[in-house]
Amino acid sequence: MNTHLLSLLGGRLLVALFTLFVVSFVVFGATQILPGDVAEVLLGQAATPEAVAGLRAAMHLDDPAILRFFYWLGGLVTGDLGTSYANNMPIAQLIGGRLKSSLQLAAATALFSVPIALALGITSAMLRGTLYDRAITTATITVISVPEFMVATAGVLIFAVWLKWLPSLSITRNVDSFGELIRIYAMPVFTLSFVISAQMIRMTRAAVIEALNTPYVEMARLKGASRTRIVLRHALPNALGPIVNAVALSLSYLLGGVIIVETIFNYPGIAKLMVDAVSTRDLPLIQSCAMIFCFVYLLLITTADIIAILSNPKLR
Amino acid sequence: MSHLVEIRNLKVEATTDAGRRVDIIKGVDFDIAEGEIVALIGESGSGKTTIALTLLGHTRTGCRIAGGSIRVAGRDMAQLSEKGRTRVRGSEVAYVPQSAAAAFNPAQRIMDQVIEITRIHGLMPRAAAEAKAVELFRALSLPSPETIGTRYPHQVSGGQLQRLSAAMALIGDPKLVIFDEPTTALDVTTQIEVLRAFKSVMRQSRMAGVYVSHDLAVVAQIADRIVVLKGGEVQEIGTTREILSAPKHPYTRALLAAFSPPGRVTAQPAAENDTARPVLELEAVSAGYGKPGADGTPPILAVDKVSFRLERGRNLGIIGESGCGKSTLARTIAGIIPPASGHIYLDGKPVAPRARDRSPDELRRLQIVFQSADTALNPAKSIADILGRPLAFYHGLRGAARDARIDRLLDLVHLPRTLKHRLPAELSGGQKQRVNLARALAADPDLILCDEITSALDTVVAAAIIDLLKDLQQELGLSYVFISHDLHTVQAICDEVAVMYRGEKVEQLPARDVGSAAGHPYSRLLMASVPKLDPTWLDRLERDPELVAAFAKR
Amino acid sequence: MAIDVSPTFKPRLPGYRFNLTGWASLAVVITWAAVAVLAPYLTPHGVGDIVDLDYFGPMSAEFPLGTDYLGRDMLSRILLGARYTVGISLAATLIACTAGVTLGMAAAVSGGWFDAALSRFLDALNSIPSKLFGLVVVAGVGSSIPVLILTLAIIYTPGSYRFARALAVNVNTMDFVTVARIRGEKLGYLIGSEILPNIIGPVFADVGIRFVFIVLLLSGLSFLGLGVQPPEADWGALVRENIGGLPFGAPAVMAPSFAIASLTIAVNLLIDNLPQKIRDRSA
Repeated sequence: MNTHLLSLLGGRLLVALFTLFVVSFVVFGATQILPGDVAEVLLGQAATPEAVAGLRAAMHLDDPAILRFFYWLGGLVTGDLGTSYANNMPIAQLIGGRLKSSLQLAAATALFSVPIALALGITSAMLRGTLYDRAITTATITVISVPEFMVATAGVLIFAVWLKWLPSLSITRNVDSFGELIRIYAMPVFTLSFVISAQMIRMTRAAVIEALNTPYVEMARLKGASRTRIVLRHALPNALGPIVNAVALSLSYLLGGVIIVETIFNYPGIAKLMVDAVSTRDLPLIQSCAMIFCFVYLLLITTADIIAILSNPKLR
Repeated sequence: MSHLVEIRNLKVEATTDAGRRVDIIKGVDFDIAEGEIVALIGESGSGKTTIALTLLGHTRTGCRIAGGSIRVAGRDMAQLSEKGRTRVRGSEVAYVPQSAAAAFNPAQRIMDQVIEITRIHGLMPRAAAEAKAVELFRALSLPSPETIGTRYPHQVSGGQLQRLSAAMALIGDPKLVIFDEPTTALDVTTQIEVLRAFKSVMRQSRMAGVYVSHDLAVVAQIADRIVVLKGGEVQEIGTTREILSAPKHPYTRALLAAFSPPGRVTAQPAAENDTARPVLELEAVSAGYGKPGADGTPPILAVDKVSFRLERGRNLGIIGESGCGKSTLARTIAGIIPPASGHIYLDGKPVAPRARDRSPDELRRLQIVFQSADTALNPAKSIADILGRPLAFYHGLRGAARDARIDRLLDLVHLPRTLKHRLPAELSGGQKQRVNLARALAADPDLILCDEITSALDTVVAAAIIDLLKDLQQELGLSYVFISHDLHTVQAICDEVAVMYRGEKVEQLPARDVGSAAGHPYSRLLMASVPKLDPTWLDRLERDPELVAAFAKR
Repeated sequence: MAIDVSPTFKPRLPGYRFNLTGWASLAVVITWAAVAVLAPYLTPHGVGDIVDLDYFGPMSAEFPLGTDYLGRDMLSRILLGARYTVGISLAATLIACTAGVTLGMAAAVSGGWFDAALSRFLDALNSIPSKLFGLVVVAGVGSSIPVLILTLAIIYTPGSYRFARALAVNVNTMDFVTVARIRGEKLGYLIGSEILPNIIGPVFADVGIRFVFIVLLLSGLSFLGLGVQPPEADWGALVRENIGGLPFGAPAVMAPSFAIASLTIAVNLLIDNLPQKIRDRSA
């Protein structure tokens, strides 16, 4: 550890914090563009002007927007996510269990797809130009080009409707056995894996091919090194940064995919909660969910950056 | 007895972007005896590296061995399976790359890479291999041979990496070592150390070698025989002495002639009096990179208080090794990098530090020509557009008047007028550099800054450009500031030469006196380090060890 | 004598070689573009007309793609849906890429605080997952076609900016840009004449890729009920309307998906099979 490295890492964290600040500003701003009195909405048509005024004061609605932004941000930082408009429950309570379900889904998907995607990406780079490589490239480009809901509906059509192997809906209650668990998670995990693996395979392949085109790989070849040795000893250690980045970026696509997948499979996760909140225009809930998503995304990207920095021997 | 290497009717073909197949090696034959060092010499595109790589059964992407045989120790590399070639590489034929900095894996320690050949081919136990590596480090006179292996490639200098790459090649006791332009990327003072190290280990081990280079003087020091190549064909083969003293082929003669261009006939200053305003004057100019500190000096000072005067019609050369600040100086004069302190006067009048604050007329009078015409010409524009823009910009020329002027400019730089409808990519390197010059001339300048403009060119082409510069000067009354690392080129065109070392101008003196006994010690060292065509030059060269210790970067 | 004046004759622009996949995908793209323009003249049935007594009808000679949940002709609805999907996406792509590429080039050429501030801000914007961004805006502002176009454009501007800036930074380090700069050229000339011609190929390819992203995001939002609102329907909305037919394997569910896939895959394949010469103009 040297000071240069530390300042580099510190810089990355600062950038992440700054980004989070801008993101929270945008999220808050977007949900505050429309005029319309939240207090009236909440209390209904029959409310007395006094009641509305009272609520407005309590919610700081009469303060300038920028001040309300900082109230809200302060609440976020101290863990106070506010109260849902729709059912007056503390948002933290609404989100708690849902977040856990979503993280379980994401973890299962990551565990399933990352090893497979890396293996396919690396091997197709090694066998560049062969039929195997072309098949994988074509398959990934196809998957990337279709909407997630198409993968999901096609999956349901094939496995639940025609083959009747799996249920088309997920309900994470009454899980009695491991077999049941697999049956419930299979469709969402499979759909999500399909979508994020395609990205990961493409990026991994590109990273390894780039490393294979370097002069030091040619040098290793001229030393008589075998293909396996070239890839394992020379290409992969140098492609580590880009590969970790590819994994992190792909996992961040999980966030987008999870919105569709939770909706289509009726999976009780945080994304489903958010989509429902949009239809009821429950703004505080939307804001909190959005911030959680962005936080997870930044966490992934920053972690990947830090790993890339640490894996670079020039900086060690 | 048969030779170690026998190449017969070797043909290599390349597939172009358009899918056409072109022969880049058109039937080459030569032999190498045991323990003999043969040099392959030629300009870029002559196929010298391609031929050398076929000795390892290797071709670069898009190329393939199309015919002939390459017998190395009785085995035909062209016929061997990929697995068979793998067994030969490293153990029997080894490779020393052009750029060791790129050929070392940045993520692995040096020792692991140096002994990798012994691991791949199972030649000896790890401990023995490491001991042998240290021995080689010592033989190659690397500093701290015991510990240098524990470092990462980015922690050692370029000259050291180049010697380490030789250790990497020699560790498996190959029968044949291929040196692919191993000193081209190095400064002259460093080149000597590396060259000496190579020569002494090759002499001791009695291995055969192939030495690929474009530099006849370097080759003369190390090779027993020379193969002169051009356009994928052998022009001439002979012993080093034969080639140097009695070249038969016209191309070989052109190469030799280009090596020692005639010196400049010093122009008499128009009026020999001090009242003549110098076209360019620098007063204690400093410049550098990074955010300037409290006192206005940047943290990395590349140019340190440089002053000079240049009179109209005369030329000043600026020489020094890489990193001495000569290119930064050119960029500072041009206003690309503003000076941190000091003043620049153009025609006696001070000019603004930044180009964007200078008047169009000041910008017009001072033009800069960059080293690489590949990056200096916009690849998306035709030659006519490239030359037409400054004409429109500075002189407001339009239509037929502009076209006529473009034709004149092409005539001036000896290019056919038909070239103006082409794109830069369709021109040869020398042609591009002429267009580059023509664009500067389009402004009608008083002074042209030439930043290493011949360095990327082949010897013969570079000599032609120098001749052109001289003609243009006579015709147009220009002045040049000529920046180069190559003393011969500078002496060919300049009246005076300034020598730079670590950002400072160590001295300025008439071109013919550079390196003379009276000069600054660094100039002497620099001059003494330039290889000469004499094959005994390296062996007889005695350098003052104190000077070397004081100035040579290793 | 000038020895180097031996012109290396390379045939100029030896005809763009274009393979079969390239031609086929081009045909698909052109077909959908034509459908989007001519849709009202092509539909066999009125889009709102209930023409089948049965709902989720199977494929038949009269209804080649079956009927929807109300018994309307799917083919007609998909043909008209092309208008929304292609039109909205194209408008958003053009806005995003024009803004992104212009800003990207300007940032690369200007450098300094302008570049730093713009890059930081757009990078931050880029770190909001795209679907989430759409959800938040729709929740805050409501969904209409102009809002959709603008939102999609804003979401994809940072990506286009980043791409163009990276290319422009490479070109900007070239000496010919320095030469133009110390000739005294202004920003407009630098980005329009020196930078743009050298990055135009990859930029076009990027426009295509971004169009695909936008089609997918628009479809996704419509699928969630947050995009194009009834009675108008783009392809994503068509899938949403008919999702109830999934258990019956009705063609009405998959047909709009296939329409999306045919368009996006065709655009992607078209870009992948563009002649190297066009794609690598920046090299």
